[in-house]
Amino acid sequence: MNREEIISTTKRFLSEEFEVDPGKIKPENNLQKTLDLDSLDYVDLVVVIEENLSFKPTADDFKSIDTFNDFYDLVEKKLA
Amino acid sequence: MERRVVITGIGLYSSIGNGKDEVLDSLRNGKSGIIYDKEREDFGYRSKLTGMVEEPNLKPFLSRRERIGMHQPAMYAYMSTKEALEQAKLDADFMNDNETGIIFGNDSTAGAVIDTIDKVRERKDTTLIGSGDIFQNMNCTVNMNLSTIYKLKGINITLSAACASGSHSIGMGYLLIKQGLQERIVCGGAQEINVYAMGSFDGLGAFSIRHDEPTKACRPFDAGRDGLVPSGGAATVIIESLESALERGAPILGEIMGYGFSSNGDHISNPNFDGQYRSLNMALKQSNLDPKVIDYVNAHATSTPVGDSMEAQAIHSVFGSKVPVSSTKSMTGHECWMAGASEIAYSLLMMQNDFIAPNINFENPDEDSKKINIIPEYKEQKIDTFLSNSFGFGGTNSSLIIKKFVK
Repeated sequence: MNREEIISTTKRFLSEEFEVDPGKIKPENNLQKTLDLDSLDYVDLVVVIEENLSFKPTADDFKSIDTFNDFYDLVEKKLA
Repeated sequence: MERRVVITGIGLYSSIGNGKDEVLDSLRNGKSGIIYDKEREDFGYRSKLTGMVEEPNLKPFLSRRERIGMHQPAMYAYMSTKEALEQAKLDADFMNDNETGIIFGNDSTAGAVIDTIDKVRERKDTTLIGSGDIFQNMNCTVNMNLSTIYKLKGINITLSAACASGSHSIGMGYLLIKQGLQERIVCGGAQEINVYAMGSFDGLGAFSIRHDEPTKACRPFDAGRDGLVPSGGAATVIIESLESALERGAPILGEIMGYGFSSNGDHISNPNFDGQYRSLNMALKQSNLDPKVIDYVNAHATSTPVGDSMEAQAIHSVFGSKVPVSSTKSMTGHECWMAGASEIAYSLLMMQNDFIAPNINFENPDEDSKKINIIPEYKEQKIDTFLSNSFGFGGTNSSLIIKKFVK
C-alpha cells in the first residue's frame, strides 16, 4: 500500500468510525482533535486499524502521533 | 416530613406503539403487538411468538460516543425517556442544575453480552472488543447511558426484580421523594427482545405455542390460555414532589398514593397467593384508601395457567367481584422487566381518557377468573383511582396505587 492508498483508506474508515467529515482529515491536522478522541476512543481506534490494516498499534505507537502525517508514517512503517 | 408524589411525564416504546399516541390508539382498539418470529423458529425456540419492537435509529439524536454503549435496553429506554421528559418539561440543562435521579428497572443484557463474547471467541483478543461493549453488557446499562446523556445528579441505581422491576422502580422512587430525599426521579423499565434474552425462559415451556393465531395467543384469565408471550421495549415514568411539579408548571398526570411490596419466600418460579395478597393490602394500607374506591385493577396476569388463577384469587379476596380488571398483556405480551412501568403508563392513559382497555382474548372464564370482573372489550369508564400489580420470579411482588390529582 503506497502513501496515497494509505491516506484514502484510512480517511474512509476513520471518518466512518468516528463520524467526522472526511474533508477535515488533512495531513497537517491534529489526529486527536480532528477525530475528537477521548481515552475510550483510542480503544476503538485500535480496533478499526486492526480490522482495516491487519496490525495492532500499541500505546507507545500513539505517543509519537500528533498529526495525520505522523499516523501515515506509522502505518507505512507497520506495513513495510 | 412526608410529601405528596406526582407523575409529570410518561413515555412508551412498545410492541403496541412508538409513543403515547400510537399506544393510546392500540389500547382503545384492543390491538395486539404479537407476531410469529421466524428468527425464533430458526434459533430453536419452542414458542416462536413475541411482541416485536424495532431498534430505533438514534443517530439523529445522539453522538457516536453517546450511542456506542447502548444495546436494546438502553436504546429503547432512551426513546421512552425522551418522550417522558418532553412531556414533563425537563431537559439536560435544567437537570444539570437541579438534582434529578434515575431508578430504572432492568434485569438482563443477554444480547449485548453474547455479541461481545462472540467477538472474543472469534478474535481471541479482548483488546479488540471495542470501548462500548462494557457499557452495553452491565445490567445498569440504562442508568449509565441516560444519566450521562441527561446530566442526572441524584440517585442513580438500577433495580433488578425480575418482572416486577419496573413497578418497584416507581415504588422506590416514590419512597425517596416522599421522604424528602429527592425532588424528581426518572423511573421506568426496559426489556430486550432479541433471541438470546428469552431462550432459557422459553425452555421452561411457559410460553404459548398458539402459532396459528399469534394475536390470540396471549389470553390472560381465559380458560384456554396456554402460556405467556414474551415482549419488550421500554417505558419511562417521571415522578416528582408536588412542590417541584407545581413550581415548574409541569403537567400532573396522577398522584402516587401507595406502594405495596412483598417476597413470597417460597418457590423460585411458582406464584403464591399469600405474597400477592400481602402486597395488595400493603399498598391499600399505605394509601389510606378503602378497596371500594379502586376503579380499575391493571392485573399482572401474563396468560399462564397457574399465575392468572392465583392473581384472580388475590384480587377477589381483597376487592370482591365488582372492580373492573384487565390485563394489558393480552395485547402487549409480557414486557417483563419493563411491564411494571409500562402498565402504570397504560393505565394513566386510560385514566386521562376515561376508558378501560380490553383484556382481549378473554372468551371463557375458568373457576377463578369467573369470580372477578374482567373487561373483555373497550369500555368507557371514568377512572379516579387504579391499582397495578407486578409479580416476578423469585417471588417478588409490587403493587402501586395511582389517583387522579386533586389539589
